[in-house]
Amino acid sequence: MARPKSLRKVVKPPGFKGYKPYGNQNASGSPVELLYEEYEALKLADFDLMNHLEASRVMGVSRATFARIYERARRKVALALVEVKEIKAVYGHAYLDKSWLICNNCNARFTIPQTASEHNCPVCRSSNVEAVK
Amino acid sequence: MKTLITSTGGSLDASFDKRYGRAAWFCILDEQTGKTEFFENENVNATGGAGTKAAEKTVELGAGKVISGDFGPKAKDLLEKFNVQMVIIEEDDLTIKDIVERIKG
Repeated sequence: MARPKSLRKVVKPPGFKGYKPYGNQNASGSPVELLYEEYEALKLADFDLMNHLEASRVMGVSRATFARIYERARRKVALALVEVKEIKAVYGHAYLDKSWLICNNCNARFTIPQTASEHNCPVCRSSNVEAVK
Repeated sequence: MKTLITSTGGSLDASFDKRYGRAAWFCILDEQTGKTEFFENENVNATGGAGTKAAEKTVELGAGKVISGDFGPKAKDLLEKFNVQMVIIEEDDLTIKDIVERIKG
């Protein structure tokens, strides 16, 4: 039996239920299901511009796992664009994070409120942070 | 953004108070100007609801971030609701000055 997937931490779920192409004539078949953790990976890496190691710590998974989630996210978005498919946000193997992050630099623990845009340590500004297990 | 730090006294040399609701003083640090202001906590000896009141006070003072040693469940819920960032520092023997300097970098 395959080893169960560890849950990925998602700080904030996507603000949409899905995306639909318009101006197209032959929209084809089933929508692409973008998982919450894939959205989060895309956001951390390409919007917050974190490197994979930092981002993997925020999500509470290993760097390699993060890279795989991120790759899947990019492929799904590309697939949806090229094959003119809808994107649907699906929950996936995530848990929504209301809990805490820890800074490896100064050992401060902190939360990320919904309105915050950065994941850096609020005390020493270090980006060397990871999820508290 | 303003940051609230719990303090045992009304000056920068006072030590950091690890309690939130029953901290003796609140220090408000304005991160833009670097100025600090101190406010006495009226609820130090309250029998109940100190955390709730402290959270209300935090929002009233306009702080977006709170630094303390721990937060009770009620304070946590409220601060979360108001999107205030909670920061826990567990080190002993810190003064307010130490923390302020850490934030300024």
